[in-house]
Parts: sequence; structure tokens; C-alpha cells
Amino acid sequence: MSTEVKEIKKTSEPLFSKKNRKLLSDPLNDSNPITVQVLGICSALAITVQVQQAVIMSLSVLFVMIGGNVIVSLLRNRIPDRIRIIVQLVIIAALVIIVNEVLKAFLPDISEKLSVFVGLIITNCIIMGRLEAFALGNKPGPSFLDAIGNAMGYAWILVAVAVVREIIGSGAISLPGMGQVKFIPSSWFIAEGGLYENNNLFILPPMALVVVGIIIWIQRSRNTKLIEEN
Amino acid sequence: MEYFSIFVKGIFVENMIFAYFLGMCSYLAVSKTVKTAVGLGFAVIFVLGITVPINYLLEEFVLKEGALTWIDPSYSTIDLSFLSFIMFIAVIASIVQLVEMIVEKFAPALYGALGIFLPLIAVNCSILGGALFMQERQYPTIGEATVFGLGSGVGWWLAIVAIAAIREKIRYSHVPAPLKGLGITFIITGLMGMAFMSFMGIEI
Repeated sequence: MSTEVKEIKKTSEPLFSKKNRKLLSDPLNDSNPITVQVLGICSALAITVQVQQAVIMSLSVLFVMIGGNVIVSLLRNRIPDRIRIIVQLVIIAALVIIVNEVLKAFLPDISEKLSVFVGLIITNCIIMGRLEAFALGNKPGPSFLDAIGNAMGYAWILVAVAVVREIIGSGAISLPGMGQVKFIPSSWFIAEGGLYENNNLFILPPMALVVVGIIIWIQRSRNTKLIEEN
Repeated sequence: MEYFSIFVKGIFVENMIFAYFLGMCSYLAVSKTVKTAVGLGFAVIFVLGITVPINYLLEEFVLKEGALTWIDPSYSTIDLSFLSFIMFIAVIASIVQLVEMIVEKFAPALYGALGIFLPLIAVNCSILGGALFMQERQYPTIGEATVFGLGSGVGWWLAIVAIAAIREKIRYSHVPAPLKGLGITFIITGLMGMAFMSFMGIEI
């Protein structure tokens, strides 16, 4: 009798209970998808040359993650274990095609810049990793929150890396509607008689790795429980 | 000679990790010891060596514009290339599921060591990347496509074994505590990437 009462209580758990709030806040820091879980690195390296690309990419990942997590969570008792990867990939691929078509229709210039990498959201392991690790074993509500939390954790790292790379690499951030927002005064540049020059190395992929490494360094020196033993 | 050139290019000049940064997730997570790195590396060589030629056949006989003429000459205007993403990923996912079952059955120790990362080979960008590069570069024969797949697989294997060896050694060095593990791996990979950039432009 008592166990039954407990189970009923469990199902009526409010959406924003303490446990569920943790699903939202944990991925931002303690279990960040990029710096702690090590998922979704490829796109973090490839599209962080410009801030607006990083933002659009993050929004696309947010949409695909919410859709994928909720759909897989709804189907979790019906997907045979042996073929789950194919089922998940088909769901993700369908959502990515929707994102791709929407970007092509409403943001054609950014879609052109991102072209390959919107397709590569299919192989972004953060989405597959959350489907495997969370959505397959949890109800749609918590899965929805888990998707938002992880997509946000992914987004802030992406935007942070992009801001560093774009400022040091190009001296200015180009934002839609505002043009180039300059961070380095143009009189500092050698061409204008100053001593400063853009560091083009930051545009190249290897520096993305180093910037992510430094972000991990800063994060772990502030949050010491994340430090690894070896 | 053509085959040799494609093979060497896939390993050094167009290395999946250092030139295109594909497949980074499993590269970073499974490179703690050389033994598991070698295992995952071989799995990637195997999967790339199988999926690239299968996707090549799919591209040649189903997806390309005019590829369906072998059924009927009137199909010569049909272009199914918009389906290539979903077809490639379906082929890759089924092959990976097959490999997972085989490894689970015949090498349980390896299966235990690779854990969640064996299913994640399906979303290893280097596998889909291999298929997309094959499509983009339009290799004339299936032999060249296969050699390209094997070559990029070996390049990926080389990268993960190299970083795993460095990580085994660096355990005994005085790395600043917050940089230990993942942080220093990122920075070392960045430095290795800069070194591998010097291979770019080499013609064999």
C-alpha cells in the first residue's frame, strides 16, 4: 500500500522541483557538455570564427536537442534496444533537415556560411549522447529540461570561444543590424601608424582548441571539484 | 602510385583530426590509455574502410544525377542527391550497430573498455565526414574511394594513438591542477594541429 502511495507522489512531481531545476543548471557549469562531458567538440571548433555563426548554431542545436529529447523520451518504451541508434539518427536527421530548410528560407546568407555544419549537427555527439544517456530512461518533462540545460551549456562555451577568437583575430565583432562593432581602435593598427596587428592565427582551427583549453583552465580553477586526478 | 598517393595524403596531409578536426569527441574521451585508443582507432579504420565504398556505390548507382539510368534510360534526369545525408547516415548507423554486436560477442573486454563510445562511432564526425569528402572529391573508381577511407582511418588511428601516448607520459609531469586531464589535452592537440599544418601543400 505504502509503495503505491509513493509512486503516485512520484508521478505528480512538479515540473520545476529541485531535482528538475538541477537538470537545467548543472550543464551550465558542473556537467557542461563541452568542458566536462566532452561532447560536441567538432562544431565548437569549426564555427567559432564569428559570433553570429556561433549564436545561430547554438539556436539550431537547441531546437534539434529539444525535439530529439522529447520525441525519443515519448518513444522510449517502444524503441527496440538493438536498433535504437538508427531510430535516433533518423529522428535527428529529420529535425536537422527542418532546421536547414528554415535557415535557407529566412537567413540565406548565414545558412550559406554554415552550410556543411548545419548538416553535421546530425553527427554532433552532444545530441546523441543526451539521447542515449538521458532521454532513453526518463519522462518527456525532465528530458525537455535536460535538453534546454545542455543546449545552453553548449551555447555559452561556443559564444565565449567565438567572442575571444573574433576580437583577437579580426579586432571587431560583426552583428546583424549593427555592422562591425570595433573593439580595437583603428588608430592602434600598424597601417594607421600604431603598433597593433590582428592575430590571424586565431582564425585558424588550432587556436580554437587552445582557447577551449584555456576556458577549461579558468573554469576548473574556480570550480575546484571538477579537477581530474590524473 | 595513385592509390599510394591517396593513402599517404589521407594519413598526413588531410588528416581527419589535425586538418579538419572531425571526430574530436571520441578522440578526446577515449585517449586516456594507449590500449583503448588502439582499439577505438582500429574500429574507426574498419568502419571507414567499409562505409566509404558502400556509400560510394550508393552515390554512383542511386543518388547522383542520372545514376538511375541502369534501371531505365528515362530516369536520366532524376537527381536524388538531396537524400544523401540521410542515406549516408543510415548506412553508417547500421554498419556500426553490426560492429557493436560483433565486438560484444567476440571481444567482451574491448566492449567493456570502449563503453558508450562504440555506439557513438555512429555520430563520430569522421565517419560521415569521410562519406561527404568522398562525395565531394568524386573519386573515379571504387578502389580509390576504399583506399581513401582506409587512409583517413589510419590517419585518425595515428592521431589518437599519438595523443594517448603523450597523455600517458604527461601523467607524471607537473601540470597545473585545473589544467590536468582535458585542458592540457586540448592545448597539446592545438600544438599538434599547428605542427600538422606544415604537411599541407605537399604533393606526392
